[in-house]
Amino acid sequence: MAKISLEEVDKIYPNGYVAARDLSLDVADGELLVLVGPSGSGKSTVLRMMAGLERVTDGVIRIGDRDVTDLPPQQRDIAMVFQNYALYPHMTVRENLGFGLTIRKQPPSLIGERVRTIAASLGLDALLDRKPAQLSGGQRQRVALGRAIVREPLAFLFDEPLSNLDAQLRVETRVELSRLHRKLGATMVYVTHDQSEALTLGDRIAVLKEGVLQQIATPMELYQRPANKFVAGFIGSPAMNFIEGVIQRSGDPGKGAGMCIFKGIDLTLDVPCDGEARGRVYLGVRPQHIEVSADGQNRPRAEVGVVEPMGNELIVYVTLSGGDKLVAVAPPQAPIKPGDIVSIRVRPEGVHIFDADSGKRIDPTPQRL
Amino acid sequence: MKSQQAGATTRGVGRWMFGGALVLLMLFTLFPFYWAIVASFTSDAALFRDPSLIPQPLIFDHYRALFTERDFITPIRNSLVVAGTTTLFCLTVGTLAAYALARIEFRGKAPIMAFILAVTMFPQISIVSPLYLLLRSLHLIDTYPGLIMPYMTFAMPLTVWVLTGSIRQIPKDLEEAAHVDGATRRQSFTKILLPLAVPSLATTGILTFIYCWNEFLFALSFTLGPERQTVPVAIALFRGQYQVPWGEILAAAVVATAPVAAMVLVFQRRIVQGLTAGAVKG
Repeated sequence: MAKISLEEVDKIYPNGYVAARDLSLDVADGELLVLVGPSGSGKSTVLRMMAGLERVTDGVIRIGDRDVTDLPPQQRDIAMVFQNYALYPHMTVRENLGFGLTIRKQPPSLIGERVRTIAASLGLDALLDRKPAQLSGGQRQRVALGRAIVREPLAFLFDEPLSNLDAQLRVETRVELSRLHRKLGATMVYVTHDQSEALTLGDRIAVLKEGVLQQIATPMELYQRPANKFVAGFIGSPAMNFIEGVIQRSGDPGKGAGMCIFKGIDLTLDVPCDGEARGRVYLGVRPQHIEVSADGQNRPRAEVGVVEPMGNELIVYVTLSGGDKLVAVAPPQAPIKPGDIVSIRVRPEGVHIFDADSGKRIDPTPQRL
Repeated sequence: MKSQQAGATTRGVGRWMFGGALVLLMLFTLFPFYWAIVASFTSDAALFRDPSLIPQPLIFDHYRALFTERDFITPIRNSLVVAGTTTLFCLTVGTLAAYALARIEFRGKAPIMAFILAVTMFPQISIVSPLYLLLRSLHLIDTYPGLIMPYMTFAMPLTVWVLTGSIRQIPKDLEEAAHVDGATRRQSFTKILLPLAVPSLATTGILTFIYCWNEFLFALSFTLGPERQTVPVAIALFRGQYQVPWGEILAAAVVATAPVAAMVLVFQRRIVQGLTAGAVKG
C-alpha cells in the first residue's frame, strides 16, 4: 500500500475546459479519501489522472515515493473500479478476476488460487464459469471489486461504483466497502456526487468545485466547520439555509464583546462573532437548527409551503414575510400543515457566517479573555 | 366485455395482416431465386415452350455442362482468390485503421473520415481507364494483384468506415480497465477489443466478400482471357453470338450464389449473438 499525492496539478483540455486547477492533495497510506462534488467539478478527471488514463497539463503525481506523472496506467500498479463495472464481456468471471495476473504473466497455479480465495470472500464461487451477461447488477459489482483486489495493488480507485445499484444494494455494498477498507488497510480514493455516501465512507473528504479544491477535512469537520458557502450548501441533507444580511458589532456591552447583530429582511439575531465581522454576509443555518412552532405567536412569522413527512421527522418548507425561503426540520408529531402561519426561531449556536462576496467562512470565535 | 372481445379481434386481424404481408414480401424477394433454380434444372427447349413452376423432368444437363464443356472451376477459383484476398487485406488493414480512427486522438481525423467516405462515392466507371493505364504500365493486367488492388479502392473505405463505427460502439471503459489491470496498448487491442469486434469483423468481411464476388466492371476490364476471369465475367461471356444459354447461365448463377448464401447463414448466428451483452450495466 502507498500514499498518493498530487502537487499543483492542472488539467486543461484542448478546448479550454479546466478540469483541475492548482490541485494539491495527499492521500495517506491506508486512508480512504472521498472526492466529492457536483457534476462537472472535475472529480472523475482527478481520479483518472491518478490512474494515468488522463495526462496532467502541469504538476506532479506521486504514488508511494515514485513520480508517476508520465507513466501509463499499466505501470502504476493501481486498481480501478469503474462506474459501469467494465467487465470483459467475452471472458468468464474466473478470467475477469484473473486478467490482471494473467497479463503480468503470473504462474497459473498462483492465479487459480488467488482467484478462488477472492471469489470465496466475495461469494462468487458458484459463478466463476459464468459470463458477465449472466450476472445481476450486484454480482457484476462484486466481480469488478474482486478484479481490483486480486492484484493486491498499491491503491484502489473507485469511480462512482455504487451509482448503478438500487437503493438497498447500495447501502449494503457501502457497508461492505467500508469493511473491506478496514480489512485490507488499503489506500483508497473514492469518487461520488452523493454527499451522504461521502460522509459515511470517507476518512477524509475532499470537496471539489469547477476543478478547484474547496476543502479537505474529516466528515465531522466538514459538516461542522465548512470552509465556504459552497461546501456548507453541498454537505448535509436537507441543504443548509442561507439568509442574506448585514452584520455589525453589538453596541450593547452587556451581551459581551464577542457578540454581533445580524440583520436580514425578516430576521434580527444576536450571533457570536469575532471583532472583525462586518458588512454584507450570508448567514448559514442547517434545517436542524431552525425551530418551527405551530402557534405563530412570535416573530418572525412564516407561511408553511410544503411538509415532507420522513417518518422520524418532518421537513418543513417555509417562506418568511420578506420572501426568504427556509427549510426546517420539525418533530414528526408537530401539528404543522401547508398554509399554516408559524413562528421561526434560529438557534444562535448553529449559525455559520460567510462573506457575501468571497463566500469564505468568517469564524464566529467569541473574543474571550 | 364486448370492447375487450373487439380488441382481441382487431389484434387477431392485425396479426393475420402482418403474416400476410410477410408472406407476400417473402414471395416477392424469393421468387426470382426460386425461378432461377427451377430454370437451371429445366431443359432449354422446355424453358421456352411451356415453363413450369415445378421442373419435370429434372434435368442436370446444365450443371454437367458447366464443369465439362465449360471450365467453370477456373472462374470460381479466380473469384475465391480475388475476393478472399481482398477481404483478408481489407480486414487486417481496415481494423488497424478503424482502431486508430475510433480510439486515438490526432489532428485531421474528421477530414480523413470525410475523405474516406468521399472515395466510396466515385462512380467506378470514371476510374476504369486511368486504372487500366496504371495497371498496364505496372504489367499487372490479367493478374490476381491487378484485380485485388483495384478492388481495395472500393472495399477498403467501406471496411474502414463500417469498422470505425462499430469500434466506437464498444465501451472505451473496457480497454481502460485493461490498461489499469496492466495491459499494454497492444494487449488491450488483441485481448479485449479484437474479440469484441469479431461480430462486426464477420459482418464487414461478408459484405466485402460479396461485393468483390459480384464485381463485374473491373473484372471485365482488367482481365484478358478465361485464365483470370471471375465468375460474373465468365457468366456474362456464356452468351454466344446467336443464342443465350439461359439454363447454363442460371445454373452458374446458382453455383456462384449458393456458397455465399451458405456462408452468410453460418456466420449470421455468430453476428446475431451480440457478444458485447453484459459488458457494462444494463
